[in-house]
Amino acid sequence: MSASTLFDKIWDAHVVRELDDGWSLLHIDRHLLHDLSGPPAMVELRKRGLEVHDPDLVFATPDHLVSSAANRTIDSNEFGGAMWSALRDEAERSGIRMFDLGTVGQGIVHVTGPEEGIVLPGLTVICGDSHTCTNGALGALAFGVGTSQSTQALATQVLAQARPRQLRISIDGTLAAHVTAKDVALALIGRFGASAGAGFAIEYAGPVVEAMEMDARLTLCNLTVELGAKFGLVAPDSTTVAWVRGRRFAPAGAEWQRAIDAWAKLVTDPDAVFDRDEVVDATTIGPFVTWGTSPEHAIAIDDVVPDPAGASDTRQRESWQAALDYMGLRAGEPIAGTPVDWVFIGSCANSRLSDLRAAARVVEGRAVASGVSAWVVPGSEVVRRDAEAEGLDAVFRAAGFEWRLPGCSMCVAANGERVPPGARCVSTSNRNFVGRQGPGARTHLASPVTAAAAAIAGRLVDVRCA
Amino acid sequence: MSREPFRTVTGAAAPLLRPNLDTDVIIRIDRMVSTRPAALAPFAFEAIRYCADGSDNPDFALNHDRFRGAPILIGGPNFGCGSSREPAVWAIMGLGIRCIVAPSFGDIFRANCHQNGLLPIVLEETDVADLAAVAASGAPVTVDLQAQRVTASERVWCFTIGANQRVALLDGLDDLDLALRDLDGIRTWEHADRELRPWAWITTRPGKRSTA
Ligand code: SF4
Repeated sequence: MSASTLFDKIWDAHVVRELDDGWSLLHIDRHLLHDLSGPPAMVELRKRGLEVHDPDLVFATPDHLVSSAANRTIDSNEFGGAMWSALRDEAERSGIRMFDLGTVGQGIVHVTGPEEGIVLPGLTVICGDSHTCTNGALGALAFGVGTSQSTQALATQVLAQARPRQLRISIDGTLAAHVTAKDVALALIGRFGASAGAGFAIEYAGPVVEAMEMDARLTLCNLTVELGAKFGLVAPDSTTVAWVRGRRFAPAGAEWQRAIDAWAKLVTDPDAVFDRDEVVDATTIGPFVTWGTSPEHAIAIDDVVPDPAGASDTRQRESWQAALDYMGLRAGEPIAGTPVDWVFIGSCANSRLSDLRAAARVVEGRAVASGVSAWVVPGSEVVRRDAEAEGLDAVFRAAGFEWRLPGCSMCVAANGERVPPGARCVSTSNRNFVGRQGPGARTHLASPVTAAAAAIAGRLVDVRCA
Repeated sequence: MSREPFRTVTGAAAPLLRPNLDTDVIIRIDRMVSTRPAALAPFAFEAIRYCADGSDNPDFALNHDRFRGAPILIGGPNFGCGSSREPAVWAIMGLGIRCIVAPSFGDIFRANCHQNGLLPIVLEETDVADLAAVAASGAPVTVDLQAQRVTASERVWCFTIGANQRVALLDGLDDLDLALRDLDGIRTWEHADRELRPWAWITTRPGKRSTA
């Protein structure tokens, strides 16, 4: 048998039927719904007179539209109440589990899926959300879909998919202090570009990835879609197995042993060939931030804002200039020192316990600079409870941060929690698109420690010297 | 439910060549209040289509008379990257656009296009630039899906598209209807898989496991 990649092995195990042209009908093992994309798919299903094929494989939680305010109710913002009700009604009607506000399992869908053991190594996972690639950190084949495909999967538990090309990114060396998975991801996007992964599945490998804890792998895989790829994955290993064990929906008893035996085979064979193979030296990576309106506009914190005059062609020059104008930055100026108005620590990229611990260590005993609004929005109810049990909320509050309730919040501003027009926000989220955090909002993507340091300094700073 | 079949489209092709044009820009999240293209169309490309005072932005191609109502869009690399929101496709279709030609697309956006009968065509970046130059005057461009050709002012660009997707577009077939035909095969596969990978399944409802 020819050598296969990790991706091939999972793909091949899910083919219900081969189609023409390298397409396959793939079985979908888990389907996650959230309050923004879940209801339209469920409504469409009902309009067509169809039923959910296997409600046990579908899980729902409200995250995008819910308020993150301490005293939130389902109605605390305009749009959210109706969508929450729709999600709940449709879930009840179809026998789908829903994790509601204030209960274990609620939170950003890409945080809670792995956390509850819903997502496991070797599974196929979909959600009506592009950051479903986050789940690839467990060695799952996880990808985002639109409303139509979500509806199809609800009705049939299968989707027709084209086998993508395969890219391996090996990360060699070791990460320096204060350099995180987020910095690695931004460095990769800055280097290879936001479309490098289009049409590819990306396997992250090498010593840096092997040494990463689960939270860090989740962050790395989360930003895969910002490289243009819809799948990112890491081979499951002893770190993964130890992390999954005992989670609520993880296999137990005799099935656990069968599961870990199966997962042990989920590695790329040594002689497998990738369509593209890249090796990156992590020792060259420092803290990264974005300066523009695409995640590929990423530079080291000690670098200067690029000059459109140095762009490779007219189109790039125009797009850099448009980004500088939108961001209110000047070419050639150091990015460090740029004053900030907002700091947002949260999102499915960086809202897990280890992210909050790292940020709290930077913040401890210091105060948020005057004029800066700083928020921490834990990724899930479990993260919130664990963080509070450790006293992290107290550390943030004492420094002047707002400690809020789990959800997407200001990452996407769908719930009305916006960065005001023209205000500058250092955000641990994954998208700095025009208007992403609210119309006119200016976003600088960064790691939790860099964001925390910016909150204290009131400007972008190198956390290594902060 | 079938869609309008796609055969040929002829008309102006509007250039929107900025790289990495993301779906947040195509439709803002708080505008996704409908699944109807006509209701979403006024918000399509909102952030770059209008000036701060709400007037038409003269730098936006679809605001020019020669491109108003154009059925074809010419995009830059990584067109439709970012969020998986299908309303991005609906909003574009609401403008009357049936085809987008670009050097590359966001993978999820491209899949969403196919689900709705919006044809995404990939051409080399230099060919896209040539096509944009020819189309800049508002000269008609013809897209022929059967022949897999784009023609304009006596120039021809060939493209390829997966056989399944081409048939689906030509016949206006819906993936869901196709998948429903596979339900027996799906159940057989599931039955076998429960034996092979019992750990991968979650079963709570009484009686369900007995089918395995
Ligand atoms: S946190 Fe942001 S990126 Fe993640 S699922 Fe929510 S809105 Fe999307």
